[in-house]
Amino acid sequence: MIEQERSPLPPAAHEGAHAIEVDNLAKRYGEVEAVKGVSFTVEHGEVFAFLGPNGAGKTTTIRMLCTLTQPTGGRASIDGYDVSTRARDVRQRIGLVFQEQTLDQQLTAEENLRFHAVLYGVPKSEVDARIDRALRMVQLIDRRSDLVSTFSGGMARRLEIARGMLHTPAVLFLDEPTIGLDPQTRALMWEDVLRLRREEGVTIFLTTHYMEEAEYADRIAIIDQGKIVALDTSGALKRTIGADTVELATGNDDLAAKNLEAAGFNIKRGDDEVVAFVENGEAQVASIIAAAGTPIRTVKVHRPTLEDVFLHYTGRQIREGQGGGPTPPHFMHFARRR
Amino acid sequence: MSVTSTTAAPTHPQHHLAASSDLRTIGMVWRRELIRFVRTRTRILTSFVQPILFLFVLGYGMSSLVGTTGGFDFKKFVFPGIVAMTVVTTAIFSAISIVWDREFGFLREMLVAPVSRGALVIGKTLGGASVATVQGTIMLALAPLIGVHLTPLLVLEVIGLEMLMASALTAFGVFVASRIQRMEGFQVVMQLVLFPMIFLSGALFPLSGIPAWLAVITRINPLTYAVDPLRHVVFAAQNMPAAAVARFETGVTIFGYLVPLYLEIVIVLVFLVVFLSLAIVGFSKKD
Ligand SMILES: Nc1ncnc2c1ncn2[C@@H]1O[C@H](COP(=O)(O)OP(=O)(O)OP(=O)(O)O)[C@@H](O)[C@H]1O
Ligand SMILES: [Mg+2]
Repeated sequence: MIEQERSPLPPAAHEGAHAIEVDNLAKRYGEVEAVKGVSFTVEHGEVFAFLGPNGAGKTTTIRMLCTLTQPTGGRASIDGYDVSTRARDVRQRIGLVFQEQTLDQQLTAEENLRFHAVLYGVPKSEVDARIDRALRMVQLIDRRSDLVSTFSGGMARRLEIARGMLHTPAVLFLDEPTIGLDPQTRALMWEDVLRLRREEGVTIFLTTHYMEEAEYADRIAIIDQGKIVALDTSGALKRTIGADTVELATGNDDLAAKNLEAAGFNIKRGDDEVVAFVENGEAQVASIIAAAGTPIRTVKVHRPTLEDVFLHYTGRQIREGQGGGPTPPHFMHFARRR
Repeated sequence: MSVTSTTAAPTHPQHHLAASSDLRTIGMVWRRELIRFVRTRTRILTSFVQPILFLFVLGYGMSSLVGTTGGFDFKKFVFPGIVAMTVVTTAIFSAISIVWDREFGFLREMLVAPVSRGALVIGKTLGGASVATVQGTIMLALAPLIGVHLTPLLVLEVIGLEMLMASALTAFGVFVASRIQRMEGFQVVMQLVLFPMIFLSGALFPLSGIPAWLAVITRINPLTYAVDPLRHVVFAAQNMPAAAVARFETGVTIFGYLVPLYLEIVIVLVFLVVFLSLAIVGFSKKD
């Protein structure tokens, strides 16, 4: 067979096409409306995060963007190529790390990568070097000839991430990429992802329900029950809900919430606390306690976190699923009380 | 719904390479089948147990009943059928692995790649067919024990026919796998389809002198047309006296019409192409 270098990807479908353009995209499975018309645009080289709880529609959106699922409404394009009508063009420029494991357990790490290189048309002359680099990046170079079935969950995850980057896609989709990784590996993965963005200009779309992971993103879309409820940079999102967050653990949350609302505070009920979003937390603590009208057990005042943003927009909390990751004090506070 | 991997604008540089990249993909999928085959030694061994059991139990059991005609007995008759049985079961079981790939997620990795579904299905079919052909050919080692003479030409003919039969059956299995989401489903289909197909193909008993209803079923069964040529070439290489030829007839007749060898092969080829196409369509569906 004649060996030809893979030419760089042809330009976007049209001048000024965005990396990802989504317009009122929807997916219905029978009765279930998994995605209810989401719209957003991701620029080239941007890191964009979908933050949402289980069942929010994150994976369904990714599947539509990656041409694996046919949308039932709206449209979406990658580099200007429509995901419904130009599936092959779309597939050529994306990489995808699935939420579930998709390695061949009976192949070695290297064989899995080699298979992927062929599927994505990596030029033969480059395959070995790229596999080496990918395995080094995720620190699996010593295990290259081992069967994936002998890998720990975290090692397998790292291999999948390396595989997703192997063909340097224009847009890399990561569906909950760091599930099951320890903090060091998470940090390493993020270094790699951000380096890929810096050096190759790769656009990154990730989904997560880890707050601290969403913080890596340039912009965050909060998705809940199939809808985007807020979309902005992390800083801007936090600013929209006020300067400070006051958390109260009370003897009677219902009563406290009712009283505070009546007193004109912007409040939300957490699972076992009442949260008030205010301009100057320290100064207002006294009046909040007075207005609550029920004994207060603990009070915490802090700058808003994404968790608070999420609570503000959805009226619900995202709970840390699996442990792991540098847990901010805020989370520990929640965790202790569970 | 929509069939994916429709060709894009011809200006696309990659499309000049489409054929060569498809070939590379086919080669890789094929290689993966072989690697996995070599790694699962228990599967290789167990897949011989059933045919060997049939060969000896059925072969020796029936030989005493059927008797020997001109030095030819039932063991020799059933031997090509047992080789076919080995090929068919191995082919189908190779195709099953797609259902495993689906359960273990690897299928997604393949389906999201910018390669044609055709290349994936063809690679898989060739891989399964190669494995099945190897298994069937290993069975030939038992020929001397049964008293069947092998010549180099015969071995080549057998390998060719095995490859054809194996490709057709793997394509069929891949199609079934494209429609089945879970492992249990495959077991059911195999019990209801694979075993009846083998038993009603003439692999294990002569097709002449059977009741009419059975004759109809065997003539509808495409496997019949894959088994008969195999038996035909094996018998042709034996020094069979006329009495034995008459006793252990080969050839499939439909209303007195003897289906010629080439037509049998055409029938199997059509079966192959039909199920290959159906499998490609099956994997082009999106949910
Ligand atoms: N193939 C399917 N058939 C029917 N319903 C589905 C299918 N896939 C997803 N759903 C439903 O769509 C909704 C969104 O699911 P999705 O997997 O997109 O959520 P998610 O945000 O990725 O959640 P998680 O964080 O748990 O991965 C859920 O209610 C789910 O049950
Ligand atoms: Mg998901």
